[in-house]
Amino acid sequence: MVQTFDVRLCNETHGDYAMNAIETAAAVKLSAKESSLNWYENGTSRIPFQVYTDAQLHQRELEAFFYKSHWCYIGLEAEIPNVGDFKRTAVGERSVVMSRDADGKVNVFENVCAHRGMQFCRERHGNRKEFVCPYHQWSYTLKGDLQGVPFRRGVKQDGKVNGGMPADFKTEDNGLNKLRVATRGGVVFATFDHAMESFEDFVGETVLAYFDRMFDGRTLKILGYNRQRIPGNWKLMQENIKDPYHPGLLHTWFVTFGLWRADNKSELKMDKHFRHAAMISTRGNAQAANEVSKVSSFKETMKLHDARFLDIVPEAWWNGPTAVMTTLFPSVILQQQVNSVSTRHIQPRGNGEFDFVWTHFGYEDDTPEMTERRLRQSNLFGPAGFVSADDGEVIELSQKGFEQKPSHRALAELGGRDVGDTDHMVTETLIRGMYAYWRKVMNE
Amino acid sequence: MSKHIETHFAVTQLHARYASAVDANDWDAWVDCFIDDCVYRIQPRENFERGFPLATLSFESKGMLRDRAYGIKETLFHDPYYQRHIVGAPLIQSVTDECIKCEANYVVIRTKLSELSTVYNAGRYIDEIVHTEAGLKLKSRQCIYDSEMIPNSIIYPI
Repeated sequence: MVQTFDVRLCNETHGDYAMNAIETAAAVKLSAKESSLNWYENGTSRIPFQVYTDAQLHQRELEAFFYKSHWCYIGLEAEIPNVGDFKRTAVGERSVVMSRDADGKVNVFENVCAHRGMQFCRERHGNRKEFVCPYHQWSYTLKGDLQGVPFRRGVKQDGKVNGGMPADFKTEDNGLNKLRVATRGGVVFATFDHAMESFEDFVGETVLAYFDRMFDGRTLKILGYNRQRIPGNWKLMQENIKDPYHPGLLHTWFVTFGLWRADNKSELKMDKHFRHAAMISTRGNAQAANEVSKVSSFKETMKLHDARFLDIVPEAWWNGPTAVMTTLFPSVILQQQVNSVSTRHIQPRGNGEFDFVWTHFGYEDDTPEMTERRLRQSNLFGPAGFVSADDGEVIELSQKGFEQKPSHRALAELGGRDVGDTDHMVTETLIRGMYAYWRKVMNE
Repeated sequence: MSKHIETHFAVTQLHARYASAVDANDWDAWVDCFIDDCVYRIQPRENFERGFPLATLSFESKGMLRDRAYGIKETLFHDPYYQRHIVGAPLIQSVTDECIKCEANYVVIRTKLSELSTVYNAGRYIDEIVHTEAGLKLKSRQCIYDSEMIPNSIIYPI
């Protein structure tokens, strides 16, 4: 099903961003000499399949993006509201635990016992006074500090002390590997990199505004989880949400039932490094709540048997846009699609697979009707969603294509070959931007 | 005793009819296993047990089931696959004139073209079944699945 876009929008130029694009292109060219990959015209409009298929590149990506210089998504504070609450999750391919200590502070530490390296925390959530590794009963506080080592001072037998840890053993030197933690608006991020910039600087002013729009300080209410394992490279999910080309074409449900329209007002915005982005769109008739709830279909003959799937009620905090999809590189996607809001956490598993964890939520001041509405609309999203089950499918099949022909490349040339913000959706500029950043960091 | 056997037999037949419909990609027959005012949910065990309302799919009317059937047939792109349901013996929990409440374990095996068959989804059905002129039908079916990870996506009903 093909729709007509408003071509007038495509022809507008963007002086402010042209400069950015030029700067980045230059930066990429500087470092590209050493690249082992074949980049067309030394840009990022053609992406070598190898970035998805090469296991060694993947290891370097984990180090460069997930374990250094980036704030990675951990979870929502509402998942651990009480002292002692914890949640096990992952940063890249490393298991970590988020816990709330007696001071009410959120801590994140690596799920590896300081003694023999056992991944000691097996439950995915719960409440504890302390964490104890079952192997030798080493115990840790909710902050991840080592507090107890059995037989540390040895065992007395026949007036003699047997064993024990060396005299210079210090518990304070043997705590769990603690991550640096940042919380904002009830969302928790962490990094293994204690020297890196603040979360706010990392996200950058432009994208932070969209983060704050969704996480405006109201307490969040967890609605539940969906978990899927997608047999494709993790970057493909970032790219999927940086690709406004596909929704009207792949997700025909969107089009059929009028959620995606050619007259949607749209903008694409990036941070100054082009790593994060927001796809912002506003439905043509969003102001008229009554009309919206009686969605008139794109194909005039198609009507939902039960229109409650699209019982959309505009909310004050939207401040206009009806959908904002935010990609925070590398680990998370923040979804606002009409009344459905969620975080989508990317957890890689080698170069060819990743876990994708959806946390749907609402806000403390939601009426029961609004909660019901968010839940109904969640049928559109997730591993079985009317408009997102097929994203996983195309990612899987793209990966299959890459694997059979790793020397080939993908094209991302819609809207040109440069990178810059736009006021339309007929472009793959965000993907090019992400790879401009990728090339700089990876020195490829 | 014979009444119990009759109920058990009728429930087993409904379960078999349902499995046959979803394994044959007969989505109209799937919809027809339900009464108009019905509930159908596919929900992770985690959400179910922790009291989180989110489901992977949650439908509250036969109309919503019809919309899903339309989505499968017309709008959802997916890699083609067969599914095969193995449903265990129903555990009948209560029988009244209005409603039979029961549970049954299930395993769904998925077979993609040119691929091996794999376990796709494992869980239990929690059913409320009612008598109609056309025989027993589902008033509510919740598929509460253990499978921690959905192998990419769920397109067809479980």
